[in-house]
Amino acid sequence: MLDKRASADLPAPLARWFAAQGWAPHAHQCAMLAASGDTLLIAPTGGGKTLAGFLPTLAAACDGVPDGLHTLYVSPLKALTHDIGRNLARPVADLGLSLRIEDRTGDTSATRRARQRVDPPHILLTTPESLALMLSYPEAPRIFSNLRRVVIDEIHALAESKRGDQLMLGLARLRSLAPDVQVAGLSATVENPHALTRFMGGAEILQAEPGPDPDIAILPITRAPPWSGAGGAYAARDVMAAIERARLTLVFINTRAQAELFFQALWAVNDANLPIGLHHGSLARDQRRRVEAAMASGDLRAVVATGSLDLGLDWGDVDLVIQIGAPRNVKRLVQRIGRANHRYDTPSRARLVPANRFEVLECMAALQAVEARELDSDGRDLRGGLDVLCQHIATVACAGPLDADQLFTEVTRAGPYAGLPRAQFDACLDFVATGGYALRAYDRWQRLVQKNGLWHLRDPRAARDIRMNIGTIVAPELLSVRRGPRGGAPLGEIEESFAASLSPGDTFLIGGQTVRYDRLRDMVVEVTPQPTRQPKIAVFNGLKMATSTELSARVLALIGDQTAWQALPESTRDWLALQARIATLPRPGTMTCESFARGGQWYFALYSFAGRNANQTLGLLLTHRMEGAGLAPLGFVATDYALLIWSLEPVRDPAPLLDPDGLRDGMDDWLAGNAVMKRTFRAVATVAGLIQRNLPGGRKSGKQATFSSDILYDTLRKFDPDHLLLQITRAESMRGLADFGRIEEMLRTRPQIVHSMPPHVTPFAAPLMLEAGRIPIRASGAAQLLEEEAAQMMREAGLQLDPGCGI
Amino acid sequence: MSHLMFHYHGQDFVARASGALFWPAQDTLIVADLHLGKSERLARRGGALLPPFETRATLERVLAELDATGAAHLICLGDSFDDDLACAELDTELALICGRTQVTWISGNHDPAPVALPGFQVPGVTLNGLHLRHIAAQGPDISGHYHPKLRVAGQRIAAFLIGHEHLILPAFGHYTGGLDWDDAALRALVPEGRAILTGTKAQMVPLPLPQLRKRRLR
Repeated sequence: MLDKRASADLPAPLARWFAAQGWAPHAHQCAMLAASGDTLLIAPTGGGKTLAGFLPTLAAACDGVPDGLHTLYVSPLKALTHDIGRNLARPVADLGLSLRIEDRTGDTSATRRARQRVDPPHILLTTPESLALMLSYPEAPRIFSNLRRVVIDEIHALAESKRGDQLMLGLARLRSLAPDVQVAGLSATVENPHALTRFMGGAEILQAEPGPDPDIAILPITRAPPWSGAGGAYAARDVMAAIERARLTLVFINTRAQAELFFQALWAVNDANLPIGLHHGSLARDQRRRVEAAMASGDLRAVVATGSLDLGLDWGDVDLVIQIGAPRNVKRLVQRIGRANHRYDTPSRARLVPANRFEVLECMAALQAVEARELDSDGRDLRGGLDVLCQHIATVACAGPLDADQLFTEVTRAGPYAGLPRAQFDACLDFVATGGYALRAYDRWQRLVQKNGLWHLRDPRAARDIRMNIGTIVAPELLSVRRGPRGGAPLGEIEESFAASLSPGDTFLIGGQTVRYDRLRDMVVEVTPQPTRQPKIAVFNGLKMATSTELSARVLALIGDQTAWQALPESTRDWLALQARIATLPRPGTMTCESFARGGQWYFALYSFAGRNANQTLGLLLTHRMEGAGLAPLGFVATDYALLIWSLEPVRDPAPLLDPDGLRDGMDDWLAGNAVMKRTFRAVATVAGLIQRNLPGGRKSGKQATFSSDILYDTLRKFDPDHLLLQITRAESMRGLADFGRIEEMLRTRPQIVHSMPPHVTPFAAPLMLEAGRIPIRASGAAQLLEEEAAQMMREAGLQLDPGCGI
Repeated sequence: MSHLMFHYHGQDFVARASGALFWPAQDTLIVADLHLGKSERLARRGGALLPPFETRATLERVLAELDATGAAHLICLGDSFDDDLACAELDTELALICGRTQVTWISGNHDPAPVALPGFQVPGVTLNGLHLRHIAAQGPDISGHYHPKLRVAGQRIAAFLIGHEHLILPAFGHYTGGLDWDDAALRALVPEGRAILTGTKAQMVPLPLPQLRKRRLR
């Protein structure tokens, strides 16, 4: 990996610096320095990717301090920009370069941001959202005019979401403002690097040597895992023992709520009183920063974290990664392993802790996949979202008058928009300018007006609204949690829907402590710490993680292959045997399903192992048929393995539901009116700027401030069914659904339906009952339930219906 | 049965599933918080360009209710227009309604001084001892303003609140949010009594809502 010839090309001060560290530059680092055009560097974690990205900047600075902003570094995580700034400070100081390095994220103070607009640093570390915001200022051409380099870190992660589309549009803008700019994308190992270069708008691929194979296994655990649940608390003692043996351990867990619970479970068995931290995105910023700093200075022995600490962070001397719960997709697993032992030449050590017996299978399958060096395929279609383009157009208009032809040419230089038809661009521009409605309602109140061929903001006040709503991450509404009434210490954030389910006196976990819910005031959740009590309500919904289709196929193969069971723990073998006894074990080539009752509802579980998209689509198709058959479906949830539908009446004969003939009959209205579509619309309308998340002056509580995006959706469907946002919504929803043709074919090729009616929840169904991402069905079942509840409430209150109830 | 009859201070009323209130003895339909012209007002101030169909959607529903009840009078309990300017822009739409019914416009906080409108414009009226006004005050009265909602069976539903001194109507307008009955402002006005849920069917529930046991399967 060390290349003596290449290191000879380093400028002398840099070569001396490398020598002083006792390092030699990697070949890919030298290649980056030598490259004359845009590059995409693919290197495993620990391969010195980030340094490679900054080498050309450091080399240039050795020849003289640049004038103004020279290098822009963009990463998906705020924490990463902070971290990189710290790491970069060392070589810059050692080399005696007078380079100013600053970060700029949503956490940066307003004064500092204002100063950066007037006097930008030489190296600016930022996120896609903050870059978009900078591009919306009239000063943008001046700030970026001397820009020479853009370094995009973790570009493989950015390319998976709309944030990547936004960043590529911003990059296209930067290329117009600074035509000589050179772009370097830094990526972890991916299946298809060429798709990534297309995403970048073309680049030379630099491929680093792959590192050694990771040392990865399932953590030996003394107790048997539970049937269901995702917390992993049963393994706390074994995890603690592993932490005691390691120098610094990162414990990853999939959701924030689980991180809270697991942290508490660990704390309860921390007999040696080791310093352990908790890090997740709902914690207050100061608290997160404290943990990050303690970790960097080596004061911690373990950190329990969610995705907030994920991607490429380079903190301290992590030598062990423990993953609680199934890794869900192999790529994520490989990246997390990369955290351990951040050195190129030594294998990383990682241990998996399945949270339940089903996940034992999933973990086994993931290990097989890693061993086979089989990454998940890069799923997302890299065509840019039109909602993101709408937001971009509005952002550009904030910076100054725009020329439609020029902007179109510029936009098509962004990889994801390379094939964008002019008509679609014009539709987006029209949406931003007029709302794009069939009825030309806003002639006088357009957002953008055309003067002398250029588009201007009609009302300059609109710029503030647009800037406040920049970004493509549409998270659930979060409420801040504070201790005590009136401005107590902030403890973190919870989802609004979770807050709505609380009654005064309920206790829940946040920041590793149990708190009692007191009241909701001005959109702040006020709580009182209850250190001695067990939380009554343990869970609030976290992120929905998708497993890959490849992984689910491996899991089914494991279940079907009795000889492979030998490798499974005894508890898992017993559990599989139990599923076989009270219901049926799914076999490849069949449709295995079961119906059982629980908590006043009927459940129908179908184990297709066909992937989440296919199961989600099946959920829509089957609930439609169930509605028609009078079974009153109430909702469903789809995973990669299975589909679970709950209803008021039981499915006794699944054959007519799964008949491929006539499956699509009457589906149009059902599809258009379902919650999957409405959820997508909410995201699309928010990104495109129809729904504003942030309003000047903060959010007012309750009345009239908000109304549901569902109403906008239904209104558009009724009065303007071809509206741009509905077109985008349909296209995006279809990405999350499988083609109907594929579903029909699956049903035809798997005609053998195996159905059982177990007396209670089965081992396989148990984890499904806890799955997040439930889709409600608002049809006859919901109406019936409402009616029953209303009538029951009247009875319990001893009241009868009018006319006998006058006041 | 999609509508529900109830008594309030010795009078018979019909709660319509749509959220409108029909008073048979007065041959009058009462609606609250139409918020006509809301999307227009937002656009005028440089805000989001919402689908400009809510005025049409709201008025279509008012007309349907007038047809269904055959009411000779219509009383709007204030906030009929999202602001006074919006009111000025809606001539053609309003002519439709005012042409067939005698309309009384009670002013609200959004439309304190509407410009020339067909029909009567008043701060409030008193009919048969009941005060009709925008915001609940000295009872017994019938009012709007709060856009009350209730959470039942996992859904958030616009509702009539019927207390001892106050009858509060849900918002009839299309783009209107709502305030949960649990909110201190509403609880203070209607601490107990009953509510009528709107939607596809008008259904009565007691206030406060009793806790229910799990549903049993048949």
